[in-house]
Amino acid sequence: MELETLAKLNMARQARKAAVVATDLSGGVVRLILEGEPVPGPLGEEVAKAFRSGKAAMAEVDGRSFFLNVHLPPPRIVVIGAVHISQALARLAPVAGYDLTIIDPRTAFATEERFEGVELIADWPEDVLRERPLDAYTALAAVTHDPKIDDFALSEALRVGCFYVGALGSRKTHAKRVERLKGLGRSDEEIGRIAAPIGLDIAAASPAEIALATLAQIVQAFRRRDLVTDG
Amino acid sequence: MTASEILDPLLTAQTWREGGREVAIATVVETWGSAPRPSGSHLVIDGDGNFEGSVSGGCVEGAVITEALDVITSGVPKMLEFGVADEAAWRVGLSCGGKIRVYVERLA
Repeated sequence: MELETLAKLNMARQARKAAVVATDLSGGVVRLILEGEPVPGPLGEEVAKAFRSGKAAMAEVDGRSFFLNVHLPPPRIVVIGAVHISQALARLAPVAGYDLTIIDPRTAFATEERFEGVELIADWPEDVLRERPLDAYTALAAVTHDPKIDDFALSEALRVGCFYVGALGSRKTHAKRVERLKGLGRSDEEIGRIAAPIGLDIAAASPAEIALATLAQIVQAFRRRDLVTDG
Repeated sequence: MTASEILDPLLTAQTWREGGREVAIATVVETWGSAPRPSGSHLVIDGDGNFEGSVSGGCVEGAVITEALDVITSGVPKMLEFGVADEAAWRVGLSCGGKIRVYVERLA
């Protein structure tokens, strides 16, 4: 591989763009293909398959062996709400390899002191997500309990197909939320994707335990998603 | 540095090469049975044998590094195969019972 190709690949990865590296194993020629870039012929079909599955694979094309390595953006977590649970989640997420961003317009909650070393944006989700859109490789956890802050982000997460959408709140709170999200134009099927109450059922009681249950549920959603696209 | 960038072998390879070091990239291209690292995993090696990443659970890295130093010198890519069946040939194997093929190329 040429350094220039590697630099372009790393740039794409940092910009959260999916890429396939096609290596011709007989000749050693390496080609970088960014998602959406047209590749004609049988190799193109194999590349499209690799993007879909997200799995690296060997491919025989015109009697030549290719190795197709798929680089999908690393999963990340966006948390709506700078609450107690978020403080714990912000510490746990990096251990599991997830980057994490917290958004909360309430400056009393979103303080540097409470979230030292964490990417924290004290602004409305409507404004932040316009600049930094959610994507399919993002998990969204809404934990403020406040419809004014949570609802837009939840609706947006469902619309763009975040691999995980979770919302804190009792079943009663969630029933009301479902009605509001319908009002925002979300379908029953989309709304059905929301994990609520949030987190795997491990009988979590403390904020830290709820954060752990949520992170485990995010990991599960990401890994199961791989299995689904596999078929 | 963000959590996903720490220990990222491809970023390390770029930094090393731009800093003037010779670099080889090893990639798992095929696995059979219970292989510890999936296809597409990288190990990057510099001319002094420093490395980052992994292609197995630490079972065959030593052998890959030795081969990588050859690849850095010759510039010719190599396909390596490791597994229980090849234990005699390579004197290293995968204790998990799996088999892997590793492609080693020079970063030009």
